[in-house]
Amino acid sequence: MRSGVIAQKLGMTRVFTDAGEHIPVTVLKLDNCQVVGHRTKEQNGYVALQLGAGRAKVKNVSKAERSRFAVAKVEPKMKLAEFRVDDTTLLPIGAEITADHFVVGQFVDVTGTSTGKGFAGAMKRWNFGGLRATHGVSISHRSHGSTGGRQDPGKTFKNKKMAGHLGTERVTTLNLRVVQTDVERGLILVEGAVPGTAGGWIFVRDAVKKNLPKEAPLPGKFRLANDGEAAPATESVEG
Amino acid sequence: MNIIETLEAEQAAKLLANRAIPDFQPGDTLVVNVKVKEGERTRVQAYEGVCIARNGGGINESFTVRKISYGEGVERVFPIFSPNIDSIKVVRRGKVRRAKLYYLRDRRGKAARIAERMETPAAKAAREAAKKEAKAAAKAKKAAAAPAE
Repeated sequence: MRSGVIAQKLGMTRVFTDAGEHIPVTVLKLDNCQVVGHRTKEQNGYVALQLGAGRAKVKNVSKAERSRFAVAKVEPKMKLAEFRVDDTTLLPIGAEITADHFVVGQFVDVTGTSTGKGFAGAMKRWNFGGLRATHGVSISHRSHGSTGGRQDPGKTFKNKKMAGHLGTERVTTLNLRVVQTDVERGLILVEGAVPGTAGGWIFVRDAVKKNLPKEAPLPGKFRLANDGEAAPATESVEG
Repeated sequence: MNIIETLEAEQAAKLLANRAIPDFQPGDTLVVNVKVKEGERTRVQAYEGVCIARNGGGINESFTVRKISYGEGVERVFPIFSPNIDSIKVVRRGKVRRAKLYYLRDRRGKAARIAERMETPAAKAAREAAKKEAKAAAKAKKAAAAPAE
């Protein structure tokens, strides 16, 4: 299992192909996505990478956090997240993952925080049909109607779909195709929509329900800050 | 410029390298040469009609061309940067007072005519001067290139 990355959603645009088609794409940016720490079997009971992305102002980072970044020799990050990996795909601390970590044409799963809709009615939140426009319905055209029985059961069941807060929750969209990658600018163009607003943090992982293409770099594509030149230990998947 | 604008500008430049987009507006009669794929090979098909609207901006801009085909009104919407368009030619410039000529949909024959837009003498002079200048520049460029060979 390869590591995913933390990206920032920039917005949507379209890409015209040579075949004359156009593809709606979401532009995701890798903003200094570096490995900040390891989680190991011995110490933590599971194997994972802690990645960080973006830049945090030093004055806004607590002393404890600052020292943790100092140990990893990376700049303070805005966003931290863990990605489960295997022992074989553990990237070194400080490695900056580049956009060609993902191969053009491969499928990815994308996780983000959906756009907040506030307190939404049952029609918007649960796709209820609402009440009739005429036939004596007054004022309650968009209401949800009945919520339960009579004396028996004498209560409204738990989890009844009703009006309430909608959005601002963790949403994962599966199997989005990678249309284009740009290493220099750190951009990944993914076909279709990605949950959340522009500027939101997005986790991009290899699709769980599709096979990883053979060209995909293992353990991953990255560059190390200290030796300047990119010297990633990458090799194609065998078989 | 933000990254999305840069990406769009790059794409527009790439598509513009292959073909120029003439200056046209709603009311103009256009011939749009569309690439049609038939099995293996592609050929170019001309679609002629009146531009009744231009929508959107930047890479997302599109235009609508309306024509009467065998007595039936046909409208096609083309993205202005579509690679499927071989070329666009302005046949006739029309004088209209709307940006969207949707009223043409309710009109037939004589009522659906659009008056021709004549160039003002000043505009004509300016255009001809620009053309002359471009010609001179091309000539100068050619002359500069010739001795170098």
